[in-house]
Amino acid sequence: MKPPPFEYFAPTTLDDALDYMADYGDEAKPLAGGQSLIPTMNFRLAQPEVLVDLNGLAELAYIRPAAGGGVSIGAMTRQRSVERSPLVAEQAPLIHETMPYIAHPQIRNRGTFGGNLAHTDPASELPAVATALNARFRAQSRSGQRWLTADEFFVDLFTTALEPEELLVEIVIPPLPAQTGYAFREISRRHGDYALVGVAATVTLDNNGRCEAARLVYLSVGDKPVEAVQATAALIGQKLTAEAIDDAAEIAAAQDIDPPGDIHASVTYRRHLAKVLAKQVLAKATARAKQE
Amino acid sequence: MNTLHTITVIINGQSYEREVEPRLLLSDFIRHEIGLTGTHVGCEHGVCGACTILFDDEPVRSCIMFAVQANGHTIMTIEGLTPDASEENLHPLQASFREAHGLQCGFCTGGFLMTLLPFLQENPNPSEQDIREAISGNICRCTGYQHIVDAVKIAAAKMEGQ
Ligand SMILES: Cc1cc2nc3c(=O)[nH]c(=O)nc-3n(C[C@H](O)[C@H](O)[C@H](O)COP(=O)(O)OP(=O)(O)OC[C@H]3O[C@@H](n4cnc5c(N)ncnc54)[C@H](O)[C@@H]3O)c2cc1C
Ligand code: FES
Ligand code: FES
Repeated sequence: MKPPPFEYFAPTTLDDALDYMADYGDEAKPLAGGQSLIPTMNFRLAQPEVLVDLNGLAELAYIRPAAGGGVSIGAMTRQRSVERSPLVAEQAPLIHETMPYIAHPQIRNRGTFGGNLAHTDPASELPAVATALNARFRAQSRSGQRWLTADEFFVDLFTTALEPEELLVEIVIPPLPAQTGYAFREISRRHGDYALVGVAATVTLDNNGRCEAARLVYLSVGDKPVEAVQATAALIGQKLTAEAIDDAAEIAAAQDIDPPGDIHASVTYRRHLAKVLAKQVLAKATARAKQE
Repeated sequence: MNTLHTITVIINGQSYEREVEPRLLLSDFIRHEIGLTGTHVGCEHGVCGACTILFDDEPVRSCIMFAVQANGHTIMTIEGLTPDASEENLHPLQASFREAHGLQCGFCTGGFLMTLLPFLQENPNPSEQDIREAISGNICRCTGYQHIVDAVKIAAAKMEGQ
């Protein structure tokens, strides 16, 4: 339970950090909050030769209004700061509501917003929520920067589209459209544990009170965030009655997802949870959209 | 590899300078280099909470941080709660745990106290639900938690009166 030896660098500017990433490439791993990386190193599941510690990069720890509305969050912002930010609560209320579900306060004090997304754990809340909110990801390397959508960013189990020499530096959460409601729910054995199933929803109503757009994105049912596209397609143009929501939840659980079974929950139980949770979040998002 | 780094850390008000290998965990640094063995190590992967310390006043797991990352930072360990280690001067949290039988073997206790100290400072009147949520990241194999929750209620009352 002790990590293997490694070379350690603690740059204090992003430029220096990007130089280290470019020089060491595949051998190097960036160290953010360390709340996922260090446990895997303690188990020796990860044995990076070089760690580039990003904790000295004050320039990546910020929460500010985004240029086109919404909020920009620097990758090294602690999860706890995001949870406590009035700007996030106002501009990205779904993120605000989701933060307390992530691990425990002691972990959120150290864990970062960017590190959580870059880790891309299929049981993580934020990748699913970021997908539902159409978050955009800014990646930077010594040779330049590029923007990625959530679909582009999350590639597979613990795999993002980042190149070895690239860092995730910023995440932009766009504002919700008018008449849009949102909700997040998950079921876990204990508060703070990884979820057996979780789901984020957004619902946009048109002027006649019918569904104009909807997103339903699950965690813990596949290798990365899984969007229930057939379920939401069935909602478009509908009045969001209890029956319509029931039908959509049934489609989501039966057709859109192919959840794994393990010692924590069987396939049948996960599908059951997926349906119950979909009903709850769609109903709550709809109610909120009506209040808008 | 294995280049030694010189770090300066303030622990419980005292400054220490040491040379460390980058891979040395902060928990091992505190226990083996500094000799403060009240910080316990249960799981070494962040799930049990026994190694909780205050890092710049916020509770964190010391087993999933490297000692080299503590350079220039301020730490408080369980030993800092009662600096003179005397029974008369027990911190109200410690006294409440003793009163309510909030511990049996005591292995988890330091981690609980370091989690609860900032919690009670921020939430002087917590509900039972708040308390259970606050300690959800700390595992105790002995007490069944009920007596810990009782102890926190007593501590909240004591600390408010101060
Ligand atoms: C007991 C426990 C319970 C937990 N429960 C949950 C939970 O319920 N839900 C949840 O979502 N998470 C949970 N976590 C994980 C926690 O949220 C981590 O903080 C998070 O997954 C990783 O963030 P980090 O900042 O600690 O990153 P690190 O651990 O430092 O890094 C994680 C990975 O991302 C890479 N990386 C980090 N930052 C960047 C960057 N800017 N650019 C490129 N790559 C980068 C690292 O190289 C590494 O591979 C739990 C952790 C523990 C120990
Ligand atoms: S020893 Fe650190 S959390 Fe268990
Ligand atoms: S008192 Fe023994 S583990 Fe908590």
